[in-house]
Amino acid sequence: MARIIVVTSGKGGVGKTTTSAAIAMGLALKGHRTAVIDFDVGLRNLDLIMGCERRVVYDFVNVINGEATLNQALIRDKRCENLFILPASQTRDKESLSIEGVGKVLNELSENFTYIVCDSPAGIERGATLAMYFADDAVVVTNPEVSSVRDSDRMLGILASKSRRAEMGEEPIKEYLLLTRYAPQRVKLGEMLSVDDVQEILSLHLLGVIPESKAVLNASNSGTPVILDEKSDAGQAYYDVVRRYLGEEVPHRFLDEEKKGLFGRLFRG
Amino acid sequence: MSVGPREQEAQPPLLFEIKSGSINLPILKLLSDDLEAVASSLHQKVEQAPDFFRNAPVVIDLHDLAVPDAELDFPRLVNLLHECGLVPVGVRGGMESQHHAAQVAALAVLADIKHEPAHHAPPPKPVARPAVRIEPAAAKLIDHPIRSGQRIYAAGGDLVVLSPVSAGAEIMADGNIHVYNSLRGRALAGVQGNLNSRIFCLDLQAELVSIGGHYKISENLGDSVRGRPVQIYFRDNSLVIEDL
Repeated sequence: MARIIVVTSGKGGVGKTTTSAAIAMGLALKGHRTAVIDFDVGLRNLDLIMGCERRVVYDFVNVINGEATLNQALIRDKRCENLFILPASQTRDKESLSIEGVGKVLNELSENFTYIVCDSPAGIERGATLAMYFADDAVVVTNPEVSSVRDSDRMLGILASKSRRAEMGEEPIKEYLLLTRYAPQRVKLGEMLSVDDVQEILSLHLLGVIPESKAVLNASNSGTPVILDEKSDAGQAYYDVVRRYLGEEVPHRFLDEEKKGLFGRLFRG
Repeated sequence: MSVGPREQEAQPPLLFEIKSGSINLPILKLLSDDLEAVASSLHQKVEQAPDFFRNAPVVIDLHDLAVPDAELDFPRLVNLLHECGLVPVGVRGGMESQHHAAQVAALAVLADIKHEPAHHAPPPKPVARPAVRIEPAAAKLIDHPIRSGQRIYAAGGDLVVLSPVSAGAEIMADGNIHVYNSLRGRALAGVQGNLNSRIFCLDLQAELVSIGGHYKISENLGDSVRGRPVQIYFRDNSLVIEDL
């Protein structure tokens, strides 16, 4: 049985799709057959971030409706043969998704994949609740900012009560905190919430901290998951995240202000 | 309710359902048996807030009648209340003879409660003397964080929470509320009217606290009590917040 990971947040624009792309690519690069699914029907963007928007023929809703098979809809990533993308429909709306349909697709994917990453849309309505319903693990993406923290907290409440595991009384979804767009200089100035401040409210297992980075915009512009930008801080942070998820003990980096030496100031931005 | 064609012959369609519900009603504590005086005073009060009183159901409470065994003309009282726009639905407290008279006037006799007289000064030491008895039930214990948007209700008893209560969460109890952690959400104790219930927490940052319906919002909690272990109780018509 595949391990189903939902990347969710509640708040929009915090880095769910960036994270889904990065983690899925990371797992695939480590040798695991991984599928990443876009649950944002009507506002799809996983295909853009993954750089496969020109190869979309069939989508998630087509498969649920039986208009196409999973094999026809899945797009194999050109950079890593272990990675497959299932894009969302752009022309339909969220009502086209049903619990039974989603369950059936996930079951079928489970037969051939080790990890299934579900990129959740923002909000707590149907798309988001369906994305997390079947999850085993949840990566709760949060910005160190008050409304994002409040929305993540709300999402945690929903994960604890409205998931299949909660309804069946099984072991609850394993929750992880991923703090994104972290700016250590601002934290030091007291302008931004620190990791401890966020943890005081959310008290979750910290999967990682992704620093605010120009590399993220560059990555989405080029349709490349940022984890492939090995020189960037964000790329390296996501690589650490994947290692931690897979069980390695990896110390957290990028938490403190970088001390730039003379060369650093001359040659970096 | 949909009924299949085969079943229609065996069962008639459902005409009503009987369910149990818990409803809060305004209580009119009758202190004098001079009905005319009561009515004219009541008229004045109703004029101050006509919308509030229009067609409002009320329960007539007889516990604090100046003359406890006074013979009350219930049909007359009901008419006077109707003239004020009130709808008396029942009585509680008082003596059996009064109950019989009330029933003749088509008023229900509601379950009595052991009660504290309205103008009795509470004891100087803040010892929790439960004067209002609600059927005791085992305390509800929560040991996981209560997240924003979640609502917890401990019916008939106390609520004990060991983990933090997030902003945006609501915890309620018929009895006391104990939060052995940070309280950031809303806490409502004694929701069925128990004014002797208390709220205890180790770190007060609540959005709203309430005891038996009397509440204070975050803005009105002084800075001196925020972020500390406190207990909150109701006394002399206001909420008291005291260090633990």
